[in-house]
Amino acid sequence: MPDLRTAPTRRSARFWRDAFTGYGMATPWFIGFLVFTAGPIVLSLFYSFTAYQITTPPRWIGLANYRILFFDDPKFRISLYNTAYYAGLVVPLTVINGLFLATLMNQNIPCRALFRTIYYLPSVISGVANAMLWLWVLNPRYGLINTMLSWFGIKGPPWLSSAEWAKPSLVVMSLWGVGGTMIIYLAGLQGIPQHLHEAAEIDGANAWQRYWRITVPMLSPTIFFNIITTIIGSFQVFTQAYVWVESGVGMGAGPRDSLLFYVLYLFRRAFGELQMGYASAMAWILFVIILVLTLVQFRIARYWVHYETAPEGGI
Amino acid sequence: MQAHRAQPFWWWQSRKLRSYLSRGTVFTVLLLGSVLFLFPLVWMLSTSLKTNEQVYRVPTVWIPNPIAWENYPRALSRMPFLLFLRNSCITSFIPVIGAVLSASMVAYAFARVPWPGRNFWFMVLIATMMLPGQVTMIPVYVLYSKLKWINTFLPLTVPWFFGGAFYVFLLRQFFLGIPQELSDAAFIDGCSHLGIWWRIIIPLAKPALATVAVFTFLFTWNDFLGPLLYLREERLYTLQVGLQYFRLQHQVNWQELMAASLVVLMPTLVIFFLGQRYFVQGITLTGLKG
Repeated sequence: MPDLRTAPTRRSARFWRDAFTGYGMATPWFIGFLVFTAGPIVLSLFYSFTAYQITTPPRWIGLANYRILFFDDPKFRISLYNTAYYAGLVVPLTVINGLFLATLMNQNIPCRALFRTIYYLPSVISGVANAMLWLWVLNPRYGLINTMLSWFGIKGPPWLSSAEWAKPSLVVMSLWGVGGTMIIYLAGLQGIPQHLHEAAEIDGANAWQRYWRITVPMLSPTIFFNIITTIIGSFQVFTQAYVWVESGVGMGAGPRDSLLFYVLYLFRRAFGELQMGYASAMAWILFVIILVLTLVQFRIARYWVHYETAPEGGI
Repeated sequence: MQAHRAQPFWWWQSRKLRSYLSRGTVFTVLLLGSVLFLFPLVWMLSTSLKTNEQVYRVPTVWIPNPIAWENYPRALSRMPFLLFLRNSCITSFIPVIGAVLSASMVAYAFARVPWPGRNFWFMVLIATMMLPGQVTMIPVYVLYSKLKWINTFLPLTVPWFFGGAFYVFLLRQFFLGIPQELSDAAFIDGCSHLGIWWRIIIPLAKPALATVAVFTFLFTWNDFLGPLLYLREERLYTLQVGLQYFRLQHQVNWQELMAASLVVLMPTLVIFFLGQRYFVQGITLTGLKG
């Protein structure tokens, strides 16, 4: 509000008052940042170099947790493999199908709002009830999916009760929530100025060309955002796996530990066996993995993400 | 023009027909897809109203006859439903109040008050959104156990009063769009920042605050990890934990499990249909435009 700042003396008083009010009003966040973010980051890094069981004070053991994780823990490797497998399937499928659906829904067709609601609805359904629903939908004998497959004479796979199909089951379930990605694309699509398409049409570009030369480049920041958030989300999958595993789908974590995802394993180490140091080391490895993947994406983004203007405020 | 008719694929040359055909195809694809997307929920509802014999009958029973309404009271009476419902309400409504109040105040400071270091701290705030929760989960758990907060609702409610980063970010974007003249006028009338936030910004920002409230409610209502970690006694269980517990305690009884799950999903579905525009608004507010 520069127009209100007239005399130099008043400006100074105003400056101090604003500084005081600003920090004052942001205080809740500052406290939260210290207590729930900054402090815990430092502590968890420290814990990762210790053996710590809460009841006794942490004991410094140097890199031992990391050494065991990298060289002596087959379950860690399984959990990493499972998570990478899941992410490797779910990220491209979600990003591409979301775009596909949003593109279709952006056409001038009847009942658009209704379709949008129907496809978006499953993505807000989460938690235990959702995991229970899919436990039943994926039931090998009486479940919805295998019933529908049988109409086409296909004998459906045993889904959660086989090591090969347990992870694809989770992928199928995640794809049911593709509407969340779709709705973000739709917001992006609606932000593309119509005149670009009109100009290209006058220049003789057909619909296919217009899509690949205008829509996709203009949408690339949104595609990029969806890739990043889907990667981050897929590495943190927990509730569904936990509910399925604890619901007696198999011993351990699904057949042959096929549902032992990274965060599930971390959770078991931390709160099942109270190995807080070990679990903290796992959390840091996860953090580094996500960070590296994100940075790699940012690096690749230079070659394909097109910013009309410098992004402002957004991610 | 007449030559069109003689050519093969003449219909492809007709713009109108082509657009009609392509739109028809798109419509059909979306229609088939929406049947697929709705099926699991319909299946859930249908199962929840079947008798035990109908659940396992082949070929599948789609519309239960007779309708087994009794599955609902039976499923809910297998757990202390009202108690779990109360716990879920406590751990959802208090965070909603906390998030709306604290995030809007902090967002006001970031959007409307010029203070030294503001941009730096805003970058820090953005950076915290990228941090995976697992990194802070263990020290935060240790903190709560030292404070003797395990087995209370405090770990699930108190943190919401400290302005969650995502909500601060979202509200800041909205506040930036409220005309500056309004607060300038109030300033001249001697109103403080706190007064402007409370009397001018909050009433004007109701749609954005509703978005925050909806997001917070859905997150806390469906949260499983938090209650699983901090609530170890049955009397404190929320519906999410209660549902899992129900599943483990009893033999697989799909019709009742689906009935209980559907009841737990109900608030989510209701909020979705009533507040759909607030979801969409949340997306546009965070600047996710092309």
